[in-house]
Amino acid sequence: MLSIVTFLPLLVCGVLLLSPRTLHDRAYVWTWITAAAADLALVVVVWAGFDAGGGIQYEQRVRWMPSAGVGYHVGVDGLSLPLVALTCLLFLAVAVYSLRERRHVRPYVCLFLFLQTVSLGLFVALDLILFFVFFDLSIVGMFFVIAGWGHGERARAAALKFFLYTFVGSLALLLGFIGLYLAADPHTFDIVDLIRTDPLSGYGLYAGLVLLAIGLGLAVKTPTVPFHTWLPPAHTEAPAAGSAILAGILLKMGTYGFVRIAMPMLPGSWRHYALVIVIVGAVSVVYGALVALAQTDFKRMIAYTSVNHMGYVVLAVGAAGSLAGSDAQARSLAVTGAVTQMVSHGLITAALFLLAGVLWERGGTYEMDAYSGLAAHTPRFAAVTAVAAFASLGIPGFSGFIAEFQIFTGSLASRTVATSIALTGIVLTAAVFLTALRRMFLGTPRLPQNLPTGAIADLKATETVSTAALLAVALVIGVAPRWLLDVIEPAGRTLTGLVAR
Amino acid sequence: MNENLTALVPELALLGAAVIGLLTGSWLPRRRQWIVAALAATACAAGLTATAVTMSTGREQTVFADTFAVDTATGVGRIVVLVALLLIITMSTETVRGHPREAEYWVLLLLTGAGTLALMGANGLLMLFAAYLLASIPAYALAAFAKDAPGTEAALKYYLMGALLGTTMLAGIALLYGAGHATQYRELADSLPDAPYGIVAVGLVGVLAGLLFKAGAVPAHFWVPDVTDGAPTPVAAYVTTLPKIGALIAVYRLLHQALPDTDLDWPLLLAIIAAATMTLGNLAAFFQTSVKRLLAYSTISQVGYLLMSVSVATRSDLAQRSLLLYLAAYAVTNLGAFAVVTELPGARTLTDYRGLARRRPGLTTVLVICLLGLVGTPPTGVFLGKLEVFSATVDGGYTWLAALAVANTVASLFYYLRWLGPLFLTSDAIHSQTQTVQGRWSAATAYTAAALSLALGVAGEAVLSLADGPLLR
Repeated sequence: MLSIVTFLPLLVCGVLLLSPRTLHDRAYVWTWITAAAADLALVVVVWAGFDAGGGIQYEQRVRWMPSAGVGYHVGVDGLSLPLVALTCLLFLAVAVYSLRERRHVRPYVCLFLFLQTVSLGLFVALDLILFFVFFDLSIVGMFFVIAGWGHGERARAAALKFFLYTFVGSLALLLGFIGLYLAADPHTFDIVDLIRTDPLSGYGLYAGLVLLAIGLGLAVKTPTVPFHTWLPPAHTEAPAAGSAILAGILLKMGTYGFVRIAMPMLPGSWRHYALVIVIVGAVSVVYGALVALAQTDFKRMIAYTSVNHMGYVVLAVGAAGSLAGSDAQARSLAVTGAVTQMVSHGLITAALFLLAGVLWERGGTYEMDAYSGLAAHTPRFAAVTAVAAFASLGIPGFSGFIAEFQIFTGSLASRTVATSIALTGIVLTAAVFLTALRRMFLGTPRLPQNLPTGAIADLKATETVSTAALLAVALVIGVAPRWLLDVIEPAGRTLTGLVAR
Repeated sequence: MNENLTALVPELALLGAAVIGLLTGSWLPRRRQWIVAALAATACAAGLTATAVTMSTGREQTVFADTFAVDTATGVGRIVVLVALLLIITMSTETVRGHPREAEYWVLLLLTGAGTLALMGANGLLMLFAAYLLASIPAYALAAFAKDAPGTEAALKYYLMGALLGTTMLAGIALLYGAGHATQYRELADSLPDAPYGIVAVGLVGVLAGLLFKAGAVPAHFWVPDVTDGAPTPVAAYVTTLPKIGALIAVYRLLHQALPDTDLDWPLLLAIIAAATMTLGNLAAFFQTSVKRLLAYSTISQVGYLLMSVSVATRSDLAQRSLLLYLAAYAVTNLGAFAVVTELPGARTLTDYRGLARRRPGLTTVLVICLLGLVGTPPTGVFLGKLEVFSATVDGGYTWLAALAVANTVASLFYYLRWLGPLFLTSDAIHSQTQTVQGRWSAATAYTAAALSLALGVAGEAVLSLADGPLLR
């Protein structure tokens, strides 16, 4: 079942590549929408049949390369299922949004279908090499999206930077995986086996180095300060759909790696170095928010708030490794908050990036000072952006609040200072978004001079549907989160149990 | 003494085809010389069949007073070499078709192929040197096949380096013989631990000199870029692939079989050579503008990764299979890239590849697979090879070398992307004639090689399980 969910987009991609080239551009995008919708429907079926307390389910294990310790092993639990669902939803939204894409539609659609398979594969993978294969292919796919559909020559430079940075990270990750593989007896890359046997317990420095390698790889992808420098250019130069996927899905691969690989496989080292992780998280929170505050470019600003939001997740997973001064319930709450934050950030930031794409499409610039009083021209655009901005800064009623509330409650007891510092991040992001809203949407109406008639079109149907749908889900989670938390919480408890052993 | 000639069917098939090809080639009219090519391909196929039979029926053995070992390393090496030779034959078809010396081309290719096979099985120093000569001399002639100025220069450089380092190798063999009173690896393994340290050390360095020359590793790598650039492209594909396979398996066998217990710290020596080779190869590749020179330096850096598994030959159980898998993956991936270069004879520099994605999506796909494959991106064979090589190196205690290899991999990404980038540029400034294709055979080779590279990544288990057997003494 999971294999079908994972490889359906790739299959459609193959069919499209073999189909005659005479097909109309729209036909490709509609095929993509159909495929994404079908995939989402399949995930809903999976979710409906998922038993929240039952651990890893829908498992499929096939011998692949037993001599190398590599197997094809997939399955979902409460940590991965929400992200799988998020991936399907986000790709569907991006597909709808892309109905208006006109440049090289065929390769564009194929690339995104490929990326969807890669993302889904990563979240269901229960083998380190399988995980790594998808991790690396996501970099390759996104490189071509940024280089091919970004904004000109600068996009190629940004794509190269993105590739080099995240590829360094992925190779560090590979070294860490090899370290785990060699420590296990018999040698294996299987995640479930490695978690069960905890091969590096009592290895001391060696385990620390393995955690360093894995942590480095995941930190680059997440990204946390100081490994975040690839993110702003990549986001700014990527097309809107690419940014949405990059921020919504690809960044989650890093944080997901922490909860899926680093924490349960290296519990001893994780606890030992928890303070470092907490500090990195807190610094990312504050630094990301402060730099976002200084931006004049709307898209760069959102990119930096991603550093801030991912910082909360890192803070939470670090706090979950701090046994002193906290009880199991608090740590489990932090983990649940972290996973919820991944979902929430995916929904809201993707919507924000799609809206930034609308801005670029209309005015040809992301500079906030070029616009003023947009609310008068484009009421719908202003309304949706305002909702997304408020959701992103974490007001109650949206998913971000649920997530951040849990993260702070779970972390405060064990890491009081760091959490208090991170709390200021909320104020800062509020300032960031409110300033942006005021600069662009309020005041005397003014538009960039390059707009032909001085008029600016409001959101079109496809743009409204794709962004509003994402925000609606964020709202549902914010108002009635139980259906999501019921799935995450048991897995969070299992994870904190594993870290504490 | 075991004189079982049937154990040597692959070698004899290539030699026999060479002799018959030479004779028939001198009588055939120029238009029918392709018959020699068909003969060569048949010999490869026969060799593959014989190897398959040997490996599946467990007829591993040593022959002729243990001078030649037919074991796991030879078996896997034979398959890789013969498949690679087949790919080179198919990609050469258009380049040499109707050439006045077409038959000679095929004969030289067969002879040097036989020499490569002999290198892999050599189980004694004298056999090793004979194989070295057989593999080298026809290759010098091949480098000059076009009889133009760059080709002649390439051949001269190739020959001079080969002669110098071949002599060094012979001197090294003499020293090892003097120290160990034997030339057979089995006997050397017993006598060398008691031999004078200095003589063994100098002797080993001498022998390694010749083999590192064949492999194109630092410090014997100077010929690689010039020969690759000057020789006809299929020959360049040959010299950057086959000799490496032969030489690296020969080095592995020499170190693993003849020097397992000496005081000599050859693992460290090899680790340092590996580190220098990958780093220098990568650094030199950075700003190349000619695709052939870029590929040449890339092959030097790849030898560095391969030498990692040689350096841990006796320190990790993963060394042998990582070496063999990486060799197989490297051979098909490298040949795939060269097949694309052969298919586009007009495109010599990186800028000539601008906008290829539009005109030749198939060839572009092959290049993307092969170049990203050489970087080690999954799911290609080289990724799996790198995974195994890194695992073996860390397992053997050289974590620093694995970390350096990781850094090098990242650096290599830079120049591979310099080639990949222009493919997707839309530009009309380029004259389309630089991107005219040569013919079907080279294209078919490119597609086959790329498919094999992917297949090795997905189904590498086949090679891994074959490659795990013991070496015979």
